[in-house]
Amino acid sequence: MRIGDAGRPDRAEFCLAASAERGKAAYIQNGCWQCHGTVGQGSIMTSGGKRIAPDPMPWEAFSSFVRSTNRTMPPYSEAILSDGDLADIYAYLQLIPKPPDANSLPLLKP
Amino acid sequence: MVDVIKSLGIEYVPSNPAQSFRGLHESLIDYGGNKKPEFLTCTHEESSVAMAHGHFKIAGKPLLVLCHGTVGLQHAAMAIYNAWCDRVPVIVIGGTDLDAAKRPPGVPTFHSAQDINALVRDFTKWDDQPVSLPHFAQSFVRAYKMAMTPPHEPVAIALDCALQEQTLHDRAGLKIPRYVPTAPPQGDMNAVREAARVLVDAERPVIVADKYARTAEGVKLLVQLAEALQAPVIDQKGRMNFPNTHHLFQNARGQALIREADVILGLELSDYWATVNAYIDNGDNDGVGLQESHIKPSARLISISSIALNTKSNYQDFQRFQVVDIDMAGDAEATLPALIDAVKQALPTNRAASIEARGASMKKAWAEARDRTREAASYAWDASPVSTARLAMEVYAQIKDLDWSSVGGDRQLSSWPTRLWPMDKHYHHIGGPGGYGIGYNAPAAVGAALANRAQGRFSINFQPDGDMMFGPGVLWTAVKHQIPLLSVMHNNRAYHQESMHVQRMSSRRNRVASLGQDIAPIGTRLENPTIDYAKLASSMGLWSAGPITDPGELAPVLKKAVQVVKAGEPALVDVVTQPR
Repeated sequence: MRIGDAGRPDRAEFCLAASAERGKAAYIQNGCWQCHGTVGQGSIMTSGGKRIAPDPMPWEAFSSFVRSTNRTMPPYSEAILSDGDLADIYAYLQLIPKPPDANSLPLLKP
Repeated sequence: MVDVIKSLGIEYVPSNPAQSFRGLHESLIDYGGNKKPEFLTCTHEESSVAMAHGHFKIAGKPLLVLCHGTVGLQHAAMAIYNAWCDRVPVIVIGGTDLDAAKRPPGVPTFHSAQDINALVRDFTKWDDQPVSLPHFAQSFVRAYKMAMTPPHEPVAIALDCALQEQTLHDRAGLKIPRYVPTAPPQGDMNAVREAARVLVDAERPVIVADKYARTAEGVKLLVQLAEALQAPVIDQKGRMNFPNTHHLFQNARGQALIREADVILGLELSDYWATVNAYIDNGDNDGVGLQESHIKPSARLISISSIALNTKSNYQDFQRFQVVDIDMAGDAEATLPALIDAVKQALPTNRAASIEARGASMKKAWAEARDRTREAASYAWDASPVSTARLAMEVYAQIKDLDWSSVGGDRQLSSWPTRLWPMDKHYHHIGGPGGYGIGYNAPAAVGAALANRAQGRFSINFQPDGDMMFGPGVLWTAVKHQIPLLSVMHNNRAYHQESMHVQRMSSRRNRVASLGQDIAPIGTRLENPTIDYAKLASSMGLWSAGPITDPGELAPVLKKAVQVVKAGEPALVDVVTQPR
């Protein structure tokens, strides 16, 4: 396995194998949805209002954060969440579509 | 006894019947005509007290709850603790049978104790055990007076069965003391003037309000103070303290404002420490976690709070200790007129321009935060389970032209109603449980809806599923007593806070969480099987619909539900939602 500059597995190696379908299952199985919602929308109650989808952060930052975060979110080591599963989860997040413009939604018009 | 109770204008007695107060119960419904007060049949004493809790936050007057002195009070205890933490008065009478030589053996003796109030003494303001009818009259009026003097709190009276059932020989000799409200305690005037000087000289003052606005007048006063200083207000929503339509309502920027503040004024804060510090639950420091100050070292803190006048030791609702520079023990709403006058007197004319500029920047910030909040609400808009933002706005669309009141908490709904619905009336929301004891929401919503009924208001309750299961019988009480209330389930099929806690522990311990057949850690989910809340509600006589998982189906169902409630009946719509 190639190691990228940040010491994390190079994303290219996983791109071809990563599966959004598997990623959705892994996202649920590993409890990501509990704080981030089923489509990464987050909540002021659980993720400080931060979203992880659509347009997730770059893979290097994402994988590094998941492995080493020391704040409210607990870290997930490779022992409990493999690099393969993490890549699948990332693939799932990448495919989550953008929402409609808030100004186009009658219920959200100012 | 009923004459004493009636003298105080108590409207309702939400209670579950019990042998130990059969004497008073019979007198209430027969001698008293079951009017003012009216007996409301409850299926659990926790529901009885929580109904009184919610009712007060709309009506501003306490209710009386009767309960068995041991087992009934045990049931009621959590709800009394919630009311204590939330500073809400409830008058609790527990029946007890003191004379061991006379009381029946068996069940009545299991239900008796020397001192039933010991169970709740740590979280009631005052309690008594009267031994004669004149003593009862004094006790009850004093209990009401103590409960209604800020800080408002629950009170308890232990009432002997024999006293309830004794024959009255000389009615003419009995007198009922007249109730005279006690003027609330106010902050010391020297401290008020000092606080005014500090606020006026501040470049970046911030006002934080929690359980501040006891009345609608409190909201008006806070607007006056904030406008005099053009100071941003962070509303911690223990009550409806400040209109979210006002440009100085700055919750969205709360953390940043606290960090930059040079002066912070806290009004009836439950937790000053957590307002100016952060705690991160990451297990560091031998499990202590991370604790970080969020304020400048030079920031000056001012507090006006009545709870300092009535703090007890055992239960830790007083939270962590926070050093405050100007600390006033007094009711904040009662103190505010003096503070406003002192601020206006202390304001030098050469500050007018800078204060006006501060206001202009707040207006811009308010509008930008509003746009960001609307954008945030659009994410997961069409998702299934239904997003909490979508749910909140679909409901609002159906009630926006009514005189509505949100009587359940919305914190677990990511506060979308208090973030997006225009809230400028004191009854637009009523805060939360106080002590965060689960099982408060459903009965408190029913109690508040009862108070709203008298005003012709439409009551809406976002009802968490886990909370409902602690005491669903209150739905029946709502039907029995024709209390119009629309309950919309926030059905995330879990005790979700605990799902996240246990998941956090698994990850921290480098273990894969065991889910069993569920989608979150074992012991935290309400699934396999899922609960059908529509059937639960209809089994108790409510109009109901659901479960709804497609947001596109919400509008017509909610429209119908609103019609049912407008006609005077409670209704429930079950919606399966995102977790938060």
